Amino acid sequence: MSGKSTATGTLIACHECDLLQHIPRQRQGGKAYCRRCNTVLHRSVRDSLDRTLALTIAGLCLFIVANSFPFLSFKMQGQVTQTTLATGVIDLYRQGMWEIALLVLLTSIVVPLLQLLLLIYVLLPIKLNRTPWKLAAVFRFLQNLGPWGMMEVFMLGILVAVVKLVEMAQIIPGLALWSFALLIFVLAGAAAALDPEIVWERMGSKR
Amino acid sequence: MSAGEKSAIAAGLMGCHSCNLVSRVPGSHGQHAEAVCPRCGAALHARKPDSLARTWALVVAAAICYVPANMLPIMKVTSLGNAQADTILSGVIYLLVHGMWPLALVVFIASVFVPLAKLIILVYLLISVQRRSQWRPVDRTRLYRLIEAVGRWSMVDIYVVTIMVALVKLGNLASIEAQAGAIFFGAVVVITIFAAMSFDPRLIWDNLESTHDKPAV
Repeated sequence: MSGKSTATGTLIACHECDLLQHIPRQRQGGKAYCRRCNTVLHRSVRDSLDRTLALTIAGLCLFIVANSFPFLSFKMQGQVTQTTLATGVIDLYRQGMWEIALLVLLTSIVVPLLQLLLLIYVLLPIKLNRTPWKLAAVFRFLQNLGPWGMMEVFMLGILVAVVKLVEMAQIIPGLALWSFALLIFVLAGAAAALDPEIVWERMGSKR
Repeated sequence: MSAGEKSAIAAGLMGCHSCNLVSRVPGSHGQHAEAVCPRCGAALHARKPDSLARTWALVVAAAICYVPANMLPIMKVTSLGNAQADTILSGVIYLLVHGMWPLALVVFIASVFVPLAKLIILVYLLISVQRRSQWRPVDRTRLYRLIEAVGRWSMVDIYVVTIMVALVKLGNLASIEAQAGAIFFGAVVVITIFAAMSFDPRLIWDNLESTHDKPAV
């Protein structure tokens, strides 16, 4: 049961314009739009639970690879510097730019990792027909993290930095760069596959 | 607005921000009651608390940071004894001069245009709500959705600095240092994201209903 289900569908208040309306039970893969302001009210995804879980676990593997190996090497007059995702943060901190170091650490490492781990924490028990401890609080926290994971923006940053440095020296892409690029697609896929309703329905059934 | 269309607040109901469950709120519209969603336990608010005041404060703070973010250098490149400071705009010009105009355009849009557009649009939305404007609410809601979605891309310059600092550290031969402009720029990005979050687009629509039922903001 989701929300107040009635014969005509689920009663919902649009989160952008507050219009009360009934949205019909949708076909899988269907979308419901607000009658008044056209916001997407609900998007139902085929096999949401399985797909999201699979992509999230794949994402976690890629995340580990992306953070363990160097992602770019910089070669200039015989000297080579290698970087992992974390070294940029450490160098910024050493230069006294802890504010920026913290911002980068949070948005490109901590938040994406938390998102992956918490999604598995929420979805795996649901898949096994259990209810994880503190489900509502954890999932709400996960929703609030959403805007702060910025890996796809980081990828654009890599592209711009490489273009700027390419005249100065030789840039060699590393293993981590490829898994990082893949990770962005996997994360986007996971975000698109997740239908939050499967989590809230679980909660409804417990009460 | 056709007859029979009613917002949740006018019907004495509240939609949960978190799980979307619509529930009846005890008390008169529950404006100041400590209401909690019966399904997921999230705090319920008919409207985001102090939305206009908070958004104004954040917009002003971001606008103040926007000036040093663009005036001060964001990084200093030292190569064979020559030091050169780069601002956001000079980074864009560098890409343009070197024939990378598609990338220059992307960086210009993400770093210069988007933060400014966000601030201008938020100011417009705030003023339009305060003046009880009834003009094109669908488009104004769409504007809000747009600034909420694009804000994150402004972070790109922060990441460029991070990556360049990490890669180029060969002592006297070549090294790159982050500069104060980067801190202000990061602040602009973060503060404008919070500003977009604190604005409540439902306020745009309240003005259309205010003739019969005016919710307190």
